[in-house]
Amino acid sequence: MAASLARLPTAAPSPRRSRRAGDRLWSVGLVAAGGAILLVAGLVILVLGRAAAPAFHALGVGRFLAGQDWDPVSGAFGALPFIYGTLVTSAVAILVALPVAVGLSLFLAEMGPPRLRPPVAFAIETLASIPSVIYGLWGLFVLVPWVRTTVEPLLGRLLGWLPLFTGPRIGLGYLSAGLILAVMILPTIAAVTQEVLRSIPPALKEGALALGATRWEMIRIAVLPTARAGILGATLLGLGRALGETMAVTMVIGNAPEIHASLFAAGYSLPAVIANEFAEATSPLHLSALAALALVLLGVTLVLNSAARVLVLLTSRRLGEAS
Amino acid sequence: MSAAPQASPTATKISVERLDAWYGATHAVRGVSLEIPDRAVTALIGPSGCGKSTFLRCLNRMHELLPSARAEGRVLLDGEDLLSGEVDPVDLRRRVGMVFQRPNPFPTLSIRDNVIAGFKLNGMRGGRAETVERCLRQAALWDEVKDRLGASPLSLSGGQQQRLCIARALAVEPEVLLMDEPASALDPIATARLEELIHELKERYTIVLVTHNLQQAARTSDQTAFFYMGELAEAGRTEQIFTNPRERRTEDYVTGKFG
Ligand SMILES: Nc1ncnc2c1ncn2[C@@H]1O[C@H](COP(=O)(O)OP(=O)(O)OP(=O)(O)O)[C@@H](O)[C@H]1O
Ligand SMILES: [Mg+2]
Repeated sequence: MAASLARLPTAAPSPRRSRRAGDRLWSVGLVAAGGAILLVAGLVILVLGRAAAPAFHALGVGRFLAGQDWDPVSGAFGALPFIYGTLVTSAVAILVALPVAVGLSLFLAEMGPPRLRPPVAFAIETLASIPSVIYGLWGLFVLVPWVRTTVEPLLGRLLGWLPLFTGPRIGLGYLSAGLILAVMILPTIAAVTQEVLRSIPPALKEGALALGATRWEMIRIAVLPTARAGILGATLLGLGRALGETMAVTMVIGNAPEIHASLFAAGYSLPAVIANEFAEATSPLHLSALAALALVLLGVTLVLNSAARVLVLLTSRRLGEAS
Repeated sequence: MSAAPQASPTATKISVERLDAWYGATHAVRGVSLEIPDRAVTALIGPSGCGKSTFLRCLNRMHELLPSARAEGRVLLDGEDLLSGEVDPVDLRRRVGMVFQRPNPFPTLSIRDNVIAGFKLNGMRGGRAETVERCLRQAALWDEVKDRLGASPLSLSGGQQQRLCIARALAVEPEVLLMDEPASALDPIATARLEELIHELKERYTIVLVTHNLQQAARTSDQTAFFYMGELAEAGRTEQIFTNPRERRTEDYVTGKFG
């Protein structure tokens, strides 16, 4: 196509031709860059796969994925506690962070006094720039004690009839890890959500207000439905960060390779166990099992990512129909 | 809807007294006084940037949406001052509806839900299906969309979308309808339909229409107000403004000498 266009005789002076050459160079560069990214991703999967192969062979893929015991000394390698811990903490993080981030963004973009916007935006950005080990320390010294003495007793009293909120209240566990992740992904979700809200045509909001909508009603009928796909995308970004976060999680999750229904219990996560045990793993099977966990983590991330992407596509398709 | 006594055709619906409006330091509307008759079409004309939209937006306090904008003076709707602190803008906008320059249906709602969006918001009584049909008929859109009320409004043409927005505005049963260049994004045929529609609507509603199209003003309106640099240069019966203007500036404008 490009070639046949280039062969067409044109009366265009040379600047146009050189611009076309520039375009071509640019697109070649883009393709190369995109290819390089795919190549690197492919190599990562390849290397991990080769490192993980012995573990999958020795244990069987099904038994490895569904295994609930992890004891390197006795040679038991089950991935389920880590998968479970990663999913549960990320779910808690999203459930807590999403409403807060969306509420905060709506407040900043639509309701709050404009004077308040810069300081709050600055505070959110600052949150994003704090290293995760600091979050971990803050979690240990502040969040975990608070969760133990206040949050868990409160939840136990109010919702103790749910298995989620039962058992000993130690502070270290899924709940603390989820909450710390919530704080960490809040800035990401809030920043993208604000961007999305800013891109909503003012005409749409005026249309709602002109019908006698209050601010809140305007948000409900004009802003949120239009922003839905974008907010989903923001959540996806936050989720990606939550799934992969290592340091802060390992400092507060309790690092126990177990599965518990209660959020108060100690657990473990995929990135945390990989980071903690890799340096000390002695047996080749242990090393290989850790590589297999990494592959699982990659798989979980990819599956959730694509699922969310499909959702975004579906919602934005509905929005953009025929436009 | 309102308990106001049945007005005679020449009664005043909105009376604007010495209205000034600013955007920050920009003095956009300067001491405008104008009587807007009930159940008639008032056209606002004038060169670009002369304050027509600003004036219009003061009539339902849409100007307040910009933090930098403010207005002073009196705008009496049935004798009640809109700009005083006592009037709730949300209630006001239900009584004084607005149609915008570019059609702005809610893209995520169906055609049907667009029509009754405001109706639902305001908790109005009455059958929803009947309301949808009545408003779409009033907006001269019913026949074109009656078979696809569940479709997205984005599947409609620009002119149809604009009529949908009119139907949406009618569903809250306003007393006044403000239209800011409603035909500027429409082709001549859609524009002609819209003008017909305006003609029908003025039986029941007070209409204020901003337009750059002088023929449109001449065809559709009963009263015309000519704005010039923020001031109301001249207002009067449409026929008089176009055939026998008192002001030189008006004459120059309507005869196409400038603008
Ligand atoms: N959002 C705004 N912020 C600052 N100044 C504004 C704003 N909107 C309008 N103005 C200024 O107010 C004056 C009147 O603008 P207005 O939009 O009322 O004119 P108009 O008669 O509707 O023009 P047009 O025919 O081009 O729509 C102009 O000088 C314009 O620059
Ligand atoms: Mg205007």
